[in-house]
Amino acid sequence: MTAPLDTSLDSALKAAPESWLAPRTVVTGMLLTVLALVPAYAGLTGRIFVMIFFTRVLIQALGAVSLNLIMGYGGMVSFGHAAYLGIGGYAVGILAKEGIASGFVQWPVAIAVSALFALGVGALSLRTRGVYFIMITLAFAQMIYYVTIGLDRYGGDDGLTIYRRSQFGGLIDLENKMLFYYLCFALLIAAVYLVARLINSRFGLAIRGARSNDRRMLAIGYPTFRYKLVCFVIAGALCGLAGALLANHTNFISPALMHWTRSGDLIVMVVLGGLGSLFGPVIGAATFLLLEEGLSRLTEYPDLILGPVLLLVAVYVNGGIEGLLEGRRRG
Amino acid sequence: MLYFIEQCLNGVQLGMLLFLLAAGLTLVFGIMDLVNLAHGSLYMLGAYFAATFAAWTGSFVVGVVLALVASLAAGMALEVVAIRRLYGRNHLDHVLGTFGLLLFFNELVRLIWGPAGMSLPLPPQMLAAVQIIPGVYYPVYRLVIILATLAVALLLYVAVMRTRLGMLIRAGASNREMVGALGVNIKLLYTLVFGLGAALAGFAGAMQAPILTVQIGMGENILILAFVVIVIGGIGSIRGAFVAAIIVGLIDTIGRAFLPDMLHLVLSTNAAHTLGPALSSMSIYMLMAAILVFRPEGLFPAASR
Amino acid sequence: MADPLLQIEGLSKRFGGVVAADAITLDIPAGEFHAVIGPNGAGKTTLIGLLAGEIAPQEGTVRFDGSDITGLPVHRRSMLGIARSFQITSLFPDFTALDNVALAVQAHCGHSFRFWRDARHDEELRKPARAAIERVGLVQCAGVRVDRLSHGEHRQLEIAIALAAKPRLLLLDEPMAGMGPEESAQMVRILRQLKGNITILLIEHDMETVFALADRITVLVYGRIIACGHPAAVRADPAVRQAYLGEKHGGGHG
Repeated sequence: MTAPLDTSLDSALKAAPESWLAPRTVVTGMLLTVLALVPAYAGLTGRIFVMIFFTRVLIQALGAVSLNLIMGYGGMVSFGHAAYLGIGGYAVGILAKEGIASGFVQWPVAIAVSALFALGVGALSLRTRGVYFIMITLAFAQMIYYVTIGLDRYGGDDGLTIYRRSQFGGLIDLENKMLFYYLCFALLIAAVYLVARLINSRFGLAIRGARSNDRRMLAIGYPTFRYKLVCFVIAGALCGLAGALLANHTNFISPALMHWTRSGDLIVMVVLGGLGSLFGPVIGAATFLLLEEGLSRLTEYPDLILGPVLLLVAVYVNGGIEGLLEGRRRG
Repeated sequence: MLYFIEQCLNGVQLGMLLFLLAAGLTLVFGIMDLVNLAHGSLYMLGAYFAATFAAWTGSFVVGVVLALVASLAAGMALEVVAIRRLYGRNHLDHVLGTFGLLLFFNELVRLIWGPAGMSLPLPPQMLAAVQIIPGVYYPVYRLVIILATLAVALLLYVAVMRTRLGMLIRAGASNREMVGALGVNIKLLYTLVFGLGAALAGFAGAMQAPILTVQIGMGENILILAFVVIVIGGIGSIRGAFVAAIIVGLIDTIGRAFLPDMLHLVLSTNAAHTLGPALSSMSIYMLMAAILVFRPEGLFPAASR
Repeated sequence: MADPLLQIEGLSKRFGGVVAADAITLDIPAGEFHAVIGPNGAGKTTLIGLLAGEIAPQEGTVRFDGSDITGLPVHRRSMLGIARSFQITSLFPDFTALDNVALAVQAHCGHSFRFWRDARHDEELRKPARAAIERVGLVQCAGVRVDRLSHGEHRQLEIAIALAAKPRLLLLDEPMAGMGPEESAQMVRILRQLKGNITILLIEHDMETVFALADRITVLVYGRIIACGHPAAVRADPAVRQAYLGEKHGGGHG
């Protein structure tokens, strides 16, 4: 059994197929290798768009990793996570427009504002659970979406162009696509490592316990609300960083990034990759974006296929794992 | 003042519309425990059906009626083909599955009707404005919407409270297993309930079509408002949905109409200009936040499950 | 003369038209093994819920060690030293038995805002957890996932979790529910060991166990205490006999 994956919920969750463990490790290894080699491939073959595509995969994967922390390990299904991509992105965009181009200012602000928003939304939303929680996180995300549409000064509905990427002095030039790619890759790996340590720490066990049986956690003395809120904030902050990266990547930010369907995309990525597993969100992000890209090349109406695929996944695939944990009721 | 009255009426009209949507959502959730993100798609289909049928038959009213029937049929078909496979699953699976349906329907509509959107012109009689109280003119059509929706709400109330089907619905909402054990055809009941929800949504879409453009994705924005209504009113409660819908409709409309002006009183012109439109759309979310703080289970929580 | 550890006064709770608790007044001194019995629907689990803090009373107060805890939330009562086991097993199914108990230990080892070190290799948590597991005789199950254990092992684990925090008051809700004779005997052994060392409020249907272990017994019917005293006195009480044996004996108004 492989050490890091063993202590995660992952190996514990796959009740019937213990054999999933091996293929999962293989797939993860392959994916990471591919990701590491993309810039080399792009450079050699001249297909820069491949690197650009996978940069987006890395950034979305970071967003998915942050969502997986609260959803997979914490059991909090947030349908408003794309809001943090937007907040992080707009922090960079707004500061850039106001003349503050330094990444040393922009990125901490992106993270801090995201954390603050998560604190506010979490404090209110975590008073509810289940369906209410899903709807409320959705509503708050839509709220921030409308707020940004109303911000005429920063482009409103049309969005905001960011002419210069975040400046880091002589440290790193983000305009260099390859350097930027590896930065995103490094941040993604760092995030996964952070999550790995988090979920096995006392904090992580408290969160996972709350997911497993919140009532019992209270009974044995945990103020679960507190821990869930902090987890929510951490996830929001992490996703805010992803937003800052995204703004840099596209040199553009717009409210469309925060539309609730984008939050839906993030949920799909997490679920596809396997809830509550360390590299699952990375696998899920890659799969989803590749699927999306592939389908749009195949047909003019990609969602005609993607939609039913998602439905099938919901019915046949991941319901099993979640259902196993929560005691699925047969309707 | 007159403007205020007009805005209040608009608020009520929006509220009625939200009620139609929220009622369907809350029924489906209360009885089948299903979160349906594709509910907005049914609203959108209703609008497209109405526009299409009205254009074919040349009659607005016939178009709406046919749209209602088509929505009912589409809803029941959807339930049989796709929705029923999600029963008993946890809500995340519902979210995922119905999200897929939402994407599918948006694309389907684009395939069948094209990306441009449609319009549904009103018959000339409805274009006039009528004087409801001295000095206040209000468009006939909006009055029609309010009255029609009230009629539907009344019908719904009678149906749920006084008919056998309604009794089954109420019983199913509080105890699913028992109703099944009594020998009632649960499958059929669920199909009918879902169809009813779809019909309500489609009717709302059809009625709203002349006022807004009929376009892809029109369901998403209104769906979130419907969710807010349900949270405020209490999941599973139709009465709660009605009250909350009126409140949300009023606050949203009046907020958008008056908040920017009120901001001008307190903030500089520039700030008010920047923040006004942004904040005015926030008013209902602030209401929702307040409800969450003081009464998280909603105004009229139905029996807990 | 020390105050009783648990002082319940006038505790009442209605659910709609049903009176689940009717002006319950009861004092339990420290170290006492106190059993609560009564026919089904008497409100015994409601009483536990009221004492644990899951249910808020409409009237009455609960005092623990002299302080009024009536308004305290569930987790705060746990920190004061009140532990509770559930009638319907409430464990963490996707964790091992040892993890389950360690979680309970962790709750009482300061705050859990520690984000880095692996908690499963933290001896401060694991050692007391192993000890609690040993005490209830579940050593061979320690590393097994809870959803693979038997019902009897679940019930034992319920107790282990409650004990892990070294509580002063133990609220046990039918710990022997659904157990076979051998498992029940094991549970009785555990309870006997605890007797005198911890204050215990036990709800149980097994009369043999109750009368053998309890220092005092309270009988609850329709939310009201109809008798409270030493086992022998309770056994002889006519009101109790009628409640359990019905109108067949004594007839009329008893």
